[in-house]
Amino acid sequence: MLLSMNWIRDFVDLDGLDLVELINRFSLSTAEVENEIFFKGKDISGIVAAEIKSVEDHPKSKKLHLLKVDAGEPELIDVVCGAPNVRVGMKTAFAKIGARIGDITIAPRELAGYTSYGMCCGESEIGISDDNSGIMEITDDIPLGTDIKTIYDLDDIIFEVDNKSLTNRPDLWGHYGMAREFSALTGRPLKTPETDDLSVYDNLPKVDLKIEDTLCKRYSSIKVENIKRNISPVNIRIRLFYCGMRAINFLADLTNYIMLEMGQPMHAFDARKVEKIRIKRFDKPFTFKTLDGVERNIDENTLMICDDNTPVAIAGIMGGLDSEIVDDTTTLALESANFDAASIRKSSVRLSHRTDASMRYEKSLDPEMTVPAIGRFLYLLKKYDENITVVSSLTDEYAVKFPPVDLCFDQAFVDRYTGIQIDSDTIVKTLTGLGFTVSFDGSSYAVSVPSWRITKDVTMNADIIEEITRIYGYDNFEVNTARSPLYPVRMSNVKSTEEKIKDLLVKKFSLHELHSYVWAYNDELKALGIPVEKNIRLVGATNPNIETIRQSIIPTQLCQVKSNVSFAPEFGIFEIGRVVNGVDENNLCIENKMLAVTLFSKTKNIKDLYFELRDILAAVTDDIKHCELEFAPCKAEHAYEHPINLNKIILDDKVIGKMGIVHPVVNKKIDKKANIVFAEIDINLFSSAKGNAIIYDEPSKYPSIEYDLSMDIPAEVYFGTLRSCWKNEGGDILRSVSVVDTYDTDTVHRITVRFEFSSNDRTLSSAEVQDIIDKIIANLAEKNVTIKNA
Amino acid sequence: MDNKILELKNEIETKLADISDLAELDHARVSYLGKKGSITSLLKGMKDLAADQKKAFGADVNKLKAFASELIENKTNELKEKQIELEIKAMPKFDISSPANLKTGSYHPITLVQRQCETVFKSMGFTVEDYAEVVTDYECFEAVNIPKHHPARDMQDTYYLENGQLLKSQTSAAQNAILRKYGPALINDGVPIKAIFPGRCFRNEATDACHENTFFQMEGMMVDKDISISNLIYFMKTMLSEVFRKDIKVRLRPGFFPFVEPGFELDISCLICGGTGCPSCKHSGWLELCPCGMIHPNVLREGGIDPDEYTGFAFGLGLTRLAMMKYEIKDIRDLNGGSLKSLSQFIDDEE
Repeated sequence: MLLSMNWIRDFVDLDGLDLVELINRFSLSTAEVENEIFFKGKDISGIVAAEIKSVEDHPKSKKLHLLKVDAGEPELIDVVCGAPNVRVGMKTAFAKIGARIGDITIAPRELAGYTSYGMCCGESEIGISDDNSGIMEITDDIPLGTDIKTIYDLDDIIFEVDNKSLTNRPDLWGHYGMAREFSALTGRPLKTPETDDLSVYDNLPKVDLKIEDTLCKRYSSIKVENIKRNISPVNIRIRLFYCGMRAINFLADLTNYIMLEMGQPMHAFDARKVEKIRIKRFDKPFTFKTLDGVERNIDENTLMICDDNTPVAIAGIMGGLDSEIVDDTTTLALESANFDAASIRKSSVRLSHRTDASMRYEKSLDPEMTVPAIGRFLYLLKKYDENITVVSSLTDEYAVKFPPVDLCFDQAFVDRYTGIQIDSDTIVKTLTGLGFTVSFDGSSYAVSVPSWRITKDVTMNADIIEEITRIYGYDNFEVNTARSPLYPVRMSNVKSTEEKIKDLLVKKFSLHELHSYVWAYNDELKALGIPVEKNIRLVGATNPNIETIRQSIIPTQLCQVKSNVSFAPEFGIFEIGRVVNGVDENNLCIENKMLAVTLFSKTKNIKDLYFELRDILAAVTDDIKHCELEFAPCKAEHAYEHPINLNKIILDDKVIGKMGIVHPVVNKKIDKKANIVFAEIDINLFSSAKGNAIIYDEPSKYPSIEYDLSMDIPAEVYFGTLRSCWKNEGGDILRSVSVVDTYDTDTVHRITVRFEFSSNDRTLSSAEVQDIIDKIIANLAEKNVTIKNA
Repeated sequence: MDNKILELKNEIETKLADISDLAELDHARVSYLGKKGSITSLLKGMKDLAADQKKAFGADVNKLKAFASELIENKTNELKEKQIELEIKAMPKFDISSPANLKTGSYHPITLVQRQCETVFKSMGFTVEDYAEVVTDYECFEAVNIPKHHPARDMQDTYYLENGQLLKSQTSAAQNAILRKYGPALINDGVPIKAIFPGRCFRNEATDACHENTFFQMEGMMVDKDISISNLIYFMKTMLSEVFRKDIKVRLRPGFFPFVEPGFELDISCLICGGTGCPSCKHSGWLELCPCGMIHPNVLREGGIDPDEYTGFAFGLGLTRLAMMKYEIKDIRDLNGGSLKSLSQFIDDEE
């Protein structure tokens, strides 16, 4: 919203203050002001009122005219002018020699053989409207030679307030409300706008008016006849233009002027078209042509203003074409009303038509404003069109009132909330300045909230804190840390596990952390031949590719690998992210947090790469849980999983994830020459697994005995399952078990395992070690493992 | 001196002069000084000499022995030196000014910025919470004072799921759960609630260089008996100064957010120009950074905490925006783009 400093100054005296500094304070205390401030009229000088005394055609030009202009000086001035609307006797704005318009300084100038000693100006040239059809016509009675700046308010400071920062401030949608803020900020009094005394019309007949739907809270109206004026006074037009509105005609301009000033939207109907004002909704949808000429679909939820049963305006949004003010309009029915904010907002969204009026109504305007706005309207109407006649009494239907808001709080409340000391005088003065009624009894404040703040934003004590502190100024706050007691802080296990995993993967295994979206990558997956699996979906996403929530990060990572194949011959990526695995019995999503890792290599063979990934997972588990992972083969369920090389990952007897080699079909679509392996682990299951504590194992002073067993392991047996063969046999003298060699041929899978025995209190005998080894061999035999070196 | 001795001496001199190899030299040493060597043999032949000659012969042989030993030792040293010289010469001169081969992994920039923020808050006794991405309408809106049909729901286009749940549009969706989790300890034992919760948020909107449908925020809240606006400013200023590793000026402006009252927009002094005005801050000297405020009484109440007894502040820091500012990332889409060319650059950023 654009604001005029002149307009604000109509209501609060800001003389002697640095206005730019004040606007900055306003931005810090009230609402955000956009950076650029416009100094209107600053680059205009030396423009005077002048009369055209004679007009001759230019002998060499069809467009140009030779004028003699009286600028209030003894001699007439020769001017060459190209405007089509020049005529003898016309008064216009004339830029004398030496005048400045923007960057131009007016100097004698030759035009097709004749010298022009000045320039007649159009309104757009002096920046007071966008009319560039001809030179400005001055109708006001001004002595010739008068600098127009002394008559017209060309000089003004215009600043723009971000509308979003006014969403909760219905009172700030007009200059008067803004002036109240400046009044509170500067401590200078707020002037009451001059209004017409409406009580003098009390004996006139009423407007036939009835609210038939409580979505209309209040409807005030009055009828006026004998309106002669067509064009608004220049100063009114300048203000409207500076504030971003175009002048239309006097009555329309005046309704807009009141809206920009008081924040109260108004509508002027041709009184011939609205005899019985009724406010209601219709049972059936229909179309309605608004005054911008657009045919709009009105549904049964849209509140309408009607002449009996004929709709004449969409309440709070826009008037109808058929009832608007036209050239032969002589009688005006004025609307100053208040509607339900949510209803206006919804209608305006439904019609995709947001107007200056609807924008204001949807903020919950103060219904108390309707009548003063009419008083102000009539005051200005009479001021500029003296002979108008009011032909009705003020007719005011007030259907729904907001209940008053009275608040009570003590000084301690303010001190506690602010953390600083703001004295009671300041508090009382601030609130009073903002229109609150305050009484302070030495410890408690009783506050009545003004009508323009109760519709929405001030309803409780915390709201009062905002009023006090923003005017006090947050820059003036003393800043202090809290005095709360200290207690130990326990980090969530999952969070710290996550961070450790990230560190290990990045620092120890040189993997790269990537992020991805939580939904399936439809197009990319299609290219890899991976179907998007059925899962819960989003509704109404703006992007049609965004639909199904992913069940696993792996398909996403395969897409990421695909787009990075040229990054390096070998790389690994990981992500800790969310997936959803269907819904539970309460129809709520089962969300899981997963660690996904994918390795890509053009240099390693698939076995080495697969084992590298295994080692990464094992190392992470060893580092964080101080224990070993177990693996068990599992059946492929997804298109990207290798039918044979796919394993469940087991920790603490729970399946916590899966790792495998990428299916060759998908692998080839990503890269024909590279190998790709993946793993995915449920972070919460991993984190909650017990693991082992670190217990010091004192190195033995006695010699240890090492015993190697070369085991031929059948194809169907997983080495991991053999652990039970020695786990319970070693007692406390089996200190470590390690793999020292593996030997693989087409038929033989041989692993040499070294068992190390020692005791802390004696030298072991070979017999007791042999005893254990024999038991281990017997256990292994049960699993069809044969020992080659026994 | 005996001729034999002289001959041998000459032979040794000549022979050693020709030797250029340590193995050959050792071989020569053995052939002269070894048990069966020529010098040793001379001594063995001494028994045939007359008694008066024996003494002188013996002394001469010993002299020869000493002479040969010295000669061999010198020669050995000389050859060793030569060998080292050759070894040195044989090695090429390596140019280590070539690009280093860093086999490094990388963190996502969000992780880095998130950790920096977490570190600061952890040091001040805040817990770091984790929260779901799929939440209910209650958690995201109702519980934080955004009732149905509230205009604030228009302000953010939300991703709704088929089952009526939604992808959280703001980390404030976790506020109610945090209040309920730590509320009892506050009420019963006076343990203040101090928590931050970084998380992903989602907005149903088209993406471009400045807009993402998936981004990170970090919510923070502190609730106790006397938490004030003054405290809020302190924590925000401290945290931001730590994150940016310089003294950051902050300023508050009134801002409207349903879950706080009073609500603020927090600006920080421009990181580029320090506040004097530059194109980055549109010459204002300030950058708008995050909404914050005193937790709305309705939000406290909904979380089971009496707003007449307790107050608190909350903030919602845009981690994505912070990461972009910190690392001068121009296009927000780079963050979720998954390109290793872009993202492998973020090695580590801890101090």
